[in-house]
Amino acid sequence: MWLSPVELHIPDGFLSPMVSAVGWVLALVMVGFAIRQTRDQLGERQIPLMGVLAAFIFAAQAINFPVAAGTSGHLLGGALAAIVMGPWAATLIMTAVIATQALLFQDGGLLVMGWNILNMGVFTAFVGYAVYALMRRLIGESARTRLAAAFAGAWLSVEMGAIAAAFELAISGTSPLRLGLPAMVGVHAMIGLGEGIITTGAIALLQVARPEVLAVGETAPGRKRASFLAIGLIVALIVAIFSPLASPSPDGLEFVAEAEGFLSRSLDPLYEVLPDYTVPFITNEITTTILAVFVGTLIVFGIAWIVGRTTFRREAAGN
Amino acid sequence: MHFDIGDQYRHRLSVVHLLDPRVKVVATFSFILTVSLTPTGVWWAFGCFLVLILAVAWLTRLGPMFAVRRSFVALPFVLAALAVPFTTPGSVLFRIPGLGWTISEPGMIRFTSILARSWLAVQAAVLLTATTRFPDLLWALGMLRFPRLLVATIGFMYRYLFVLADEALRMLRARSARSAHVPKSPRPPIGWQGRVAGMMVGSLFLRALERSERVYAAMLSRGYDGHIRTLDRFRMMTFDWVALAVVVMVLATPLVVALIQ
Repeated sequence: MWLSPVELHIPDGFLSPMVSAVGWVLALVMVGFAIRQTRDQLGERQIPLMGVLAAFIFAAQAINFPVAAGTSGHLLGGALAAIVMGPWAATLIMTAVIATQALLFQDGGLLVMGWNILNMGVFTAFVGYAVYALMRRLIGESARTRLAAAFAGAWLSVEMGAIAAAFELAISGTSPLRLGLPAMVGVHAMIGLGEGIITTGAIALLQVARPEVLAVGETAPGRKRASFLAIGLIVALIVAIFSPLASPSPDGLEFVAEAEGFLSRSLDPLYEVLPDYTVPFITNEITTTILAVFVGTLIVFGIAWIVGRTTFRREAAGN
Repeated sequence: MHFDIGDQYRHRLSVVHLLDPRVKVVATFSFILTVSLTPTGVWWAFGCFLVLILAVAWLTRLGPMFAVRRSFVALPFVLAALAVPFTTPGSVLFRIPGLGWTISEPGMIRFTSILARSWLAVQAAVLLTATTRFPDLLWALGMLRFPRLLVATIGFMYRYLFVLADEALRMLRARSARSAHVPKSPRPPIGWQGRVAGMMVGSLFLRALERSERVYAAMLSRGYDGHIRTLDRFRMMTFDWVALAVVVMVLATPLVVALIQ
């Protein structure tokens, strides 16, 4: 196939059913919000515009450039879509792309599609957009900062997707975090460079050829909420990464290793869907930690959402 | 040169092709869910599901190896699970000489189970796509209460997928035609090549944006009001219900027995 698959498409069977179900719920919530947001933004233009741009992302993933040793740099597209269309529209566009890749080419599974949508669509769009917006505000407006911001946003968006995928695989007991996280982060640090270079090139062209198109993305509605959501996500991930290390254990790495060992042993009960009518994993302190991280992630998400919403309302009232 | 390998539908006159797409979607999702729920190391259950998928593959008249051949797309992802045999504690099965790494028996069982689940799931998805036209598949997803707007967007994307992929191919061909390279001369720096690729992406984006505007104007002139209406393509017949019941039975029995054990 001429389309080189990005290594983030998780196939079926690699995530446990519980993890997959959580992914579907979160993805459907995000897609639901994205549909509402873009409907307000675009009205009846929504379907044709989103559809054609989803086809664009799909085709743009084929445009590559040789890097070294037979590998090539290519695009995932979430950050680019978010920069030019706003994060909510990008979520919808990327969801369409990922769903089509899974349904049509079996690139990524069906049961795990929720997480694929989150990793490659939602996380890349929001992180890419937030970093792009934040860097431009911090450094100031100029043609060059915009390019730097686009590069940083694109690179970090791929990294975020990879980190999230590593956690999902670890929680499912497929790949120990101790090995999986560095591997995923390392590989995607390289892939992210290709993403960053291509995104920067595209923004450079738009800046010269059609600056008004960029302005549309930068003033897309819902961006306040979007940046709060993205910041919440980043905070949640940092908490998730450091919480096992910050435990009262003499050696952080040892603790993670223990957690790995426990995870692998606890997997079989998980598949048996709560045998003996007890919740076996609640009793173990390590799983409780992981569970707590998960709940914490949701809470941070919720707080970020509420804060974003109230700020948005206040602004709307002020206007 | 056209991007025409994209459509995975293979037309045959078979029972599976004629089934209501809703039944096929539900059956495929149930199959993948069942395979994912099957406990690690219960080989006879995986065997049952393999027999089921081979039987369906035989019914489709696509040739016995069709799904198997196309099922290797997920193979590169095996790398992600490669550490499992080494890190799972348990009785040592094999020690890699020189490195001192050990492969444990439970680790190997779990690794093989992950591969089995993945392989079976991909085969089911391959069969679904090969026996169902993509518009019918989307219609079924819409009828099964997937977000309508998302389904309509995917349908639109599918329509313009081939147009924009052709556009991208033309750009790639133009780039190759203009990028002569003398052997042994230094290659242009990677950053520059990447920038060119990026500019191509930007230019493709502008073309897509302008196309979407033309498409929207054309739709408006034909009375588009924000709703995409589709015909009721299929109706559930007795045969469809029977097929659904059979699939659910065949899936549920091994799963329940495997879970009870």
